[in-house]
Amino acid sequence: MSNFAGSIFRGSLHEMLFPQLALHIPDGFLSLPVSLVTWGIAIALIATALDRVKGERQDQTVPLMGVCAAFIFAAQMINFPIPGGTSGHLLGGTLAGVLLGPWAGTLVMTVVFIVQAALFQDGGLTVLGANVFNMGLIGTFGGYYLYKVLRSSLGFNSWRGMSFGVTIASWTSVVIASVATAIQLALSGTVPLAVALTAMLGWHILIGIGEAIITLMATSYVWKVRPDLLYDPPQRSPLPRSLVQR
Amino acid sequence: MTDHPNQARNGAFVLVGLGAALAIAVFFSPFASSDPDGLDRVSQDLGFDNQAQTDTPAKKLPFYGIFEEYALRGVPEAVATPLAGLIGTLAAFGLAWGAGKLLVKGSSNKAVDPDFPDRHSH
Repeated sequence: MSNFAGSIFRGSLHEMLFPQLALHIPDGFLSLPVSLVTWGIAIALIATALDRVKGERQDQTVPLMGVCAAFIFAAQMINFPIPGGTSGHLLGGTLAGVLLGPWAGTLVMTVVFIVQAALFQDGGLTVLGANVFNMGLIGTFGGYYLYKVLRSSLGFNSWRGMSFGVTIASWTSVVIASVATAIQLALSGTVPLAVALTAMLGWHILIGIGEAIITLMATSYVWKVRPDLLYDPPQRSPLPRSLVQR
Repeated sequence: MTDHPNQARNGAFVLVGLGAALAIAVFFSPFASSDPDGLDRVSQDLGFDNQAQTDTPAKKLPFYGIFEEYALRGVPEAVATPLAGLIGTLAAFGLAWGAGKLLVKGSSNKAVDPDFPDRHSH
């Protein structure tokens, strides 16, 4: 980790011995019933998103969907080290939800996981439903609505409120995603629930901090340069305060 | 659509955003940590990593002839992952843009003033 050449060498050696799995579940970890149920939930939510996204503003939503998918795909490639010899990477569901709302955000996350599974063998095709649900939809729905409630509670139109909501919601979405994965592994009979929960939570409480930092940086940048692009843009007073009060 | 006053600003944002994503995928990907990540580590510690299938359905797709995980085949190792990242990022960009183009139908009825963002037609 201290020198790049070393990690590149170690990286390729490691790749040969242990293919990278990420929080991405590979084929074989989940039982058929668990795969089917998670596929069903994912498809139902995606179908709703396909319908609801029709009403979004085309000129703004379409390009932002492209940019958001590109950024989340790229960021997911960059594993950051976690103390204790593990790594994590951005999931991005909450980020997609904050920028695009739950409907377009859901479609963006689905595209990212399809590209990863189909082109790069990252995450199993038979468990794609579970991966889309765990790493995408928990963020685009759960993360988004938690962010909205928290932002409203601390000041909907202030950066403070936005950043508080984004930080807590993105961290929580990763922790919940790891809990969901542990439950699916246990229901599949792959590993006992208590053991899976402890192990998954232990790492993802830390990985969630990376998620929160990246999500906060990305949303703060948009807040600064194009706040109108946020799904819930801040409402600014029409005139500078000094003029209004005069 | 092209006469929309916001169009140029959106274009600038797309260029910056896509540029940043491509830069991350190309220049940062070789330095990504190679430590096993969350589920990977747990599966090794708890001894179920061997349950992962080796002959997966994704390996039967034609893309497996082009990419071996995040590495483009047939190019020097130093550029295999950056090129895979480049292609993957463009694929995600194009698919999401295309999906949006096909599905999103709403229009903005009012001229957009950056001080009065009126994002939601619903």
